[in-house]
Amino acid sequence: MTTEPAVEPGGPAGPGGTEGIEPPPITPEGGKAKVSLADQLFKNLTRACGVALLLLIAAIAAFLIYQALDALRANKGNFITTKVWNPNDTPPIFGILSLLTGTVITAAVAMLIAVPVAVGIALYITNYAPRRVADPIAYIVDLLAAVPSVIYGLWGLVVLVPHMTGVESWMNQYLLWFPWPELAGAIIGAIFAAVWGRGTAGALATAGGVLGLLVGIFAGVANAPDSIGIFNTGGNTVGRGIFVASVVLAVMILPTIAAISREVFRQVPTAHKEAALALGATRWEMIRTAVLPYGQPGVISGAMLGLGRAMGETIAVALVLPASFNIPWRILTPAGNTIAANIANAYGDANNNGRGALIASGLVLFVVTMIVNMAARAVIARRAEFSGSSA
Amino acid sequence: MTTATAEAPAGAPSDDHLHLKGNQLPPFVLPLVAVGAVGVALLLYFLTSIQGKIQTGLIAILLYAAGQTVASGLVEGRRRSIDRFVRTAVIGTLLLALIPLAAVLLQVIVKGISKLNGDFLTHSMAGIGARDHGGGIYAAIIGTLEQIALASLISVPFGILVAVYLVEYSRRSRLGRTISFFVDVLTGLPSIVAGLFIFAFWILLLHQHQTGFAGSLALVILMIPTVVRSTEEMLKLVPHELREASFALGVERWRTIMKIVIPTALPGIVTGVMLAISRVAGETAPLLLTIFGNDYINANPFEGHQSALPIYIFTEAAKPQSWATTRAWGAALTLILIIMLLNLIARLVSRRAKV
Repeated sequence: MTTEPAVEPGGPAGPGGTEGIEPPPITPEGGKAKVSLADQLFKNLTRACGVALLLLIAAIAAFLIYQALDALRANKGNFITTKVWNPNDTPPIFGILSLLTGTVITAAVAMLIAVPVAVGIALYITNYAPRRVADPIAYIVDLLAAVPSVIYGLWGLVVLVPHMTGVESWMNQYLLWFPWPELAGAIIGAIFAAVWGRGTAGALATAGGVLGLLVGIFAGVANAPDSIGIFNTGGNTVGRGIFVASVVLAVMILPTIAAISREVFRQVPTAHKEAALALGATRWEMIRTAVLPYGQPGVISGAMLGLGRAMGETIAVALVLPASFNIPWRILTPAGNTIAANIANAYGDANNNGRGALIASGLVLFVVTMIVNMAARAVIARRAEFSGSSA
Repeated sequence: MTTATAEAPAGAPSDDHLHLKGNQLPPFVLPLVAVGAVGVALLLYFLTSIQGKIQTGLIAILLYAAGQTVASGLVEGRRRSIDRFVRTAVIGTLLLALIPLAAVLLQVIVKGISKLNGDFLTHSMAGIGARDHGGGIYAAIIGTLEQIALASLISVPFGILVAVYLVEYSRRSRLGRTISFFVDVLTGLPSIVAGLFIFAFWILLLHQHQTGFAGSLALVILMIPTVVRSTEEMLKLVPHELREASFALGVERWRTIMKIVIPTALPGIVTGVMLAISRVAGETAPLLLTIFGNDYINANPFEGHQSALPIYIFTEAAKPQSWATTRAWGAALTLILIIMLLNLIARLVSRRAKV
């Protein structure tokens, strides 16, 4: 409206344009003011949308906290350490402990199944298969991601549960003695060692994991039948337990991890691979020395994105698991619940306080998945910086 | 599995250089090992309590892997035998992943196809009791289509504008980087939390009712990051020369974006939007909290409870009767067909763009 020449409205946000290309400051017929107004309006419109997106996320956190506060104040138990979930009673007693452990255990078991399989598929597509086979397989694996989660849940409940009883009984019979939690500890230690390099912290973590594994093996062999081994059913039948839910989750997160691993394996410089082969390496030695070290951060971040997805998955888990409130160490027996599944199951007959409690649990899920996702992004970002500086 | 492991895939770099010196496994050994493995697995299948065809197949693969590793280790040495073992393991993981995909698709098609008839598609669940076999998914289809359409109407323009800001206006600024980071955060948002937010904000705080529109709002939150990311990628692909040419002709920036940049990137944007739609079409958890489900036909998304295909599958699957499960399979097949159709359109659009 004024006769000032078009000054970029900029503000703190927009000093630089696209790669330093600025639009012409002067337009032919001297209609500068009107022209720049439209331009400013459009720019501010797009920026307003961007800011609105930030506000949306702030609003998600704010309203979840706001709606959860009343229920948390009315809670007679400790929200962190209480195992039961009775927010509809008077007085209400509820806690996140059993739900959170259920969420973590299902996601962890799903990861243990999905990550090796996904890495194997990614290796096959990038390093073993000829191109005309690799492309259809990549497409088929992506197809797994397009199937809605409710259909996986239906399949898990109707088809997988009865088909898994044989395998599960077998695991209960023969794998009972093995100290699986300690093995998981050792694997986690190895992952930490890989993430933090080969420094002291990594060595300590690995050593701790291996030590735990050895101790666990002896302890497990010593009192096999009554140990709290995760495959012990304690005399119950096998069925709709954590393990089946984890298998369903593993199928669901497989495409995510496989797609990201595939991308990083594809980016491995051909020169690295050819150098390894030229030195006489077998295919596997080439993969071990050239492909895996290069792709490791990508695999880790893909796995963490999958972990975030597994933790947040609702419907498939809600259909498979019976909603019970205990810490589901015995993963073969019908027991366990997750935060997301509990929200889907319990909101229907929740009173005011019950809704607040469910929103509080949703807040915990929001925070946990956000931390996992941010960690995954940080790993990718670190790799991007690294490859950028070495290029 | 025998043929797949025995022959080296053509096209990939060959391992022949390893055979220049040293022993090589005679060609008859691997088929022999394979036959032996299958034989032992079949023996176990018929003689012991290990039942189930998939288990037997897995046992055969494991035996084959072990057998060929030992054979190769004896003849060719340790390095070569490890290489063979890894190759079999990698192909094994592939088979392991294809089993559930084949199983899911097969089950949905086999169990759903019998339900997929005119009666099922054109009736609602009105007046269908627990013991009745009839009923259909008409109300659910209407609900799903309306909710997806409303969600797209809101999230697509919004997402495209955010992407335009990120690519065209704020490449390096702090606000741009912040927005970009939180788009990533939003990508990882559990869908139930999106539903919970709409429930806490729209229904509990603003005292709105559970309607199809409330469900669309939850889907909007889930669609936005996908639309922003895919649009961003497409806008980045538009060559700078196009923008520079437009600026050089004296065209303002916003007209350049609207008339040059977005039309150039349009096919890619459409593909991304279709994929985003097909992703949210199957979302169940957020809808559960926001639309509530309805046995009766309700074509108005702004008033009253509505149904949707995912909700329909969820409620029917949770019922104990076998005919309810059959209805769930029928609805699952319909949902997959709708999603495949959207995916197909996306692929066609992107293919046409390349030509």
